[in-house]
Amino acid sequence: MLNDNKILETINMITQEHLDVRTITMGISLHSCIDDDVKKCCSKIYDKICKKAENLVATGESIEKEYGIPIINKRISVTPIATIASAAVGEDPTFDCTPFAETLQNVANTCGVNFIGGYSALVQKGFSVSDRALINSIPNALAVTNNVCSSVNIASTKAGINMDAVALMGKTIKKLAYLTKDNDSIGCAKLVVFANVPEDNPFMAGAFHGSGEGECMINVGVSGPGVVKKALEKCSGDLTEVAETIKKTAFKITRMGQLVATEASKRLGIPFGIVDLSLAPTPAIGDSVAYILEEMGLESCGSCGTTAALALLNDAVKKGGVMASSHVGGLSGAFIPVSEDAGMIAAARSGALSLEKLEAMTAVCSVGLDMIAVPGDTPEEVISALIADEAAIGVVNSKTTAVRVIPAYGKTVGDTVEFGGLLGEAPIMKISSYSPAKFIARGGRIPAPIQSLKN
Amino acid sequence: MNAVITVTGKDTVGIIAKVSAECFAANANILDITQKVFGGMFVMTMLIQVDDLKIRFADFVDKMNELGQKEHLVIHTMHEDIFNAMHNI
Repeated sequence: MLNDNKILETINMITQEHLDVRTITMGISLHSCIDDDVKKCCSKIYDKICKKAENLVATGESIEKEYGIPIINKRISVTPIATIASAAVGEDPTFDCTPFAETLQNVANTCGVNFIGGYSALVQKGFSVSDRALINSIPNALAVTNNVCSSVNIASTKAGINMDAVALMGKTIKKLAYLTKDNDSIGCAKLVVFANVPEDNPFMAGAFHGSGEGECMINVGVSGPGVVKKALEKCSGDLTEVAETIKKTAFKITRMGQLVATEASKRLGIPFGIVDLSLAPTPAIGDSVAYILEEMGLESCGSCGTTAALALLNDAVKKGGVMASSHVGGLSGAFIPVSEDAGMIAAARSGALSLEKLEAMTAVCSVGLDMIAVPGDTPEEVISALIADEAAIGVVNSKTTAVRVIPAYGKTVGDTVEFGGLLGEAPIMKISSYSPAKFIARGGRIPAPIQSLKN
Repeated sequence: MNAVITVTGKDTVGIIAKVSAECFAANANILDITQKVFGGMFVMTMLIQVDDLKIRFADFVDKMNELGQKEHLVIHTMHEDIFNAMHNI
């Protein structure tokens, strides 16, 4: 039986503490759209997605209204376009894949979703011709579209690190930053470089619909850093008690996500995939992962102790959330995107949070170096080496890591990039200027670590 | 299906009557009401059955929101399952 306190607690979470469902993401397989004629292929893609997702936004809005829970984003993820474009690309590595991105943009406009993910390639062991063609087209494709997101998986625990891909991604990110220089290099905010990428992630910019997924799936990403922070304000006990408080709160948040996922799946007639039980911050005050760490007792996020506090948080979120959902997947943990988190922005601006500390934090959080702005004159080899470092952390620890870095064209340390909305703003962070150029130029593959041999 | 209506705001005469009238107009059956006034602050939670609503539930939510705005009250009308999911195992 419900009591008034529980009812008011839920309403407070929603109205005061920014509790929301961050995204309902519909994953759609595009394998049936493959065609060696690019126009035909794009036309099939447009028709298929628009048909499958025609009710996505309206259904999300009706659930939002009836349950009183905000559902911030309705999104679509698709099969990596490098696979779908392979017949059209044929043997021509100079083939321009941009028409596929333009088609996805048209789909986003028609369906009313704010992001569509899957302009992606998986190259952890090597490139196919179409992988290379797609990656070469990423700068132009993301510069001429607004709502298309791209990701490239360059490493895995099983395959090791494809250092040729790492080198190529440094170059790609720099070019993308230049092509979108009039908007603070915003194109780079739509491109993620992964190690151990999950194939059912509902969060952007890294969402795509993996080849092992079904024809069409509903995946839901929850949020709620503000709720965890508020719960910890009332907790004066030791860190065991802190962990227990986070677990209980994560359970409640995830149960709500599971309810929304089940309901969306039922109303759309599409199987439920997973709930991603992530703490995803927004730039809104009070919706910050950094503030949770500070609530635990750190003067500022970035101080010594930050990695330990984040490890506790990440683990407790998973433990609390896993019982609340029948299928957990995606990234599941705490996100630490600098530009999207008011506390991280403040810590980076004051100098308390450095890039090196962020790198350490990524060893224990759910993703990686996310939404970090660095000087526009950072050489491409440095960006590549940053990606390699992050991939190494993921590969060796059998976890997902990622890099979404913005070498903001024409800006330097002390400046700020402003994207607005959920993407927020970021102070330009200092990055080591010592050159890793020779290391990156070697290319090849860093072999898979011994812990990959589990069979 | 059941829904929960919560009403908070400055206490005045007739709040329950106005909320109940809106329920009656939509054919929502009231199952339970708890209500208190703390230092002039009115707080009420109401459990209603909405299986036989004359209008769509989403439109009923809109009507309650309009009532809230008109009467300077904060009214939330939400499907009961959101609370059950969060607080009951």
